[in-house]
Amino acid sequence: MATEFEELGAVAAFNVTLFIRRFNPEDGLEARWEDFDVQVHGTDRVLDALHKIKWEIDGSVTFRRSCAHGVCGSDAMRINGRNRLACKTLIKDLDITQPIYVEPIKGLEVEKDLVVNMEPFYKAYRDVQPFLIASDKPTKERLQSPEDRARFDDTTKCILCAACTSSCPVFWTDGQYFGPAAIVNAHRFIFDSRDEGSEVRLDILNDKEGVWRCRTTFNCTEACPRGIQVTKAIAEVKQAILRGRA
Amino acid sequence: MSIVIEPPRTAKPKRTNWEKWGWIYMRVSGVALIILVFGHLFANLWVGEGIKAIDFAFVAGKWSDPFWQVWDLLMLWLALIHGTNGMRTIVNDYAEREKTRKRLVWILWATCVALIVLGTLVIYTFDPCPANGTPENLPSFCPVNQS
Repeated sequence: MATEFEELGAVAAFNVTLFIRRFNPEDGLEARWEDFDVQVHGTDRVLDALHKIKWEIDGSVTFRRSCAHGVCGSDAMRINGRNRLACKTLIKDLDITQPIYVEPIKGLEVEKDLVVNMEPFYKAYRDVQPFLIASDKPTKERLQSPEDRARFDDTTKCILCAACTSSCPVFWTDGQYFGPAAIVNAHRFIFDSRDEGSEVRLDILNDKEGVWRCRTTFNCTEACPRGIQVTKAIAEVKQAILRGRA
Repeated sequence: MSIVIEPPRTAKPKRTNWEKWGWIYMRVSGVALIILVFGHLFANLWVGEGIKAIDFAFVAGKWSDPFWQVWDLLMLWLALIHGTNGMRTIVNDYAEREKTRKRLVWILWATCVALIVLGTLVIYTFDPCPANGTPENLPSFCPVNQS
């Protein structure tokens, strides 16, 4: 009887092949694909498969992850050619009759395996001054109407995973471009009624490498694991620059 | 120990932003070109005898009319600048060395200016029956061939 009940509640297990893009700066070799066969369950995510590989097959496989639940934004990677969070991608939702290809996000320098240098991405983020700029002293709560709050609600959801910026073809060819994530985070403050720094931020994004480089390919909107309408936010910033105010 | 905080960047005084105006130009000229190009196609291929009417005389007739001179002139200028600016964007994306980029952009604008000057000259100085032309090379409707 016991086995019957176990089988009843059991989660289906199946075998998948993962091709992981490997690169080690110390062995002097070019980046290459390496395949791993693992048994996973219907409830497993790509991150679980990566864990299984790292913990049971090859401990040198390198990737970033912190919270492992889609909040910290550490494990953005290119899975089957699309930027996703490994911790939010269920393996059963991919085509498991084919191998699953996992590679680092594009446009940023690869440090090892799936780990890239995020500094250029953070630099663009810092450059848009992603903090509240207000002249009065914070002695009491700054009130805001629900309508004013709704203007930038979508862009508060960003977790800085770089999935959008590293899916942008303009960013791939021109690393100077601020990129969608920085513009999203500028949008979050530009359209905040409590903020007084929109003029400065709009001026920064009116730069040669600012919003005008956006070609509206919608790659960023498609890549965002938080469902932010990134291209729309960029278009709103463009309009704000044309108007001269938020 | 004291922490030094960089003063935040402040808005610069007003300056011409070519990227912004380029972006606006692409949209405005794009809309204008849709009207101009389809108007051009309609007038040339649809109205009256349609495509069968097109010959040397048809073109000569159009360019003797100030309305079509201005229409074609607008189409020429808007389309060439629109196209060149689009090419410039692609060059900016893909040229890795600054020197290469500058050279390519320079060649683009030089070509654009040359084509605009030539096209404008043709539209405004076009004469189907030049006074010193040999009659057999001139179209039948010229006075020389109608005597």
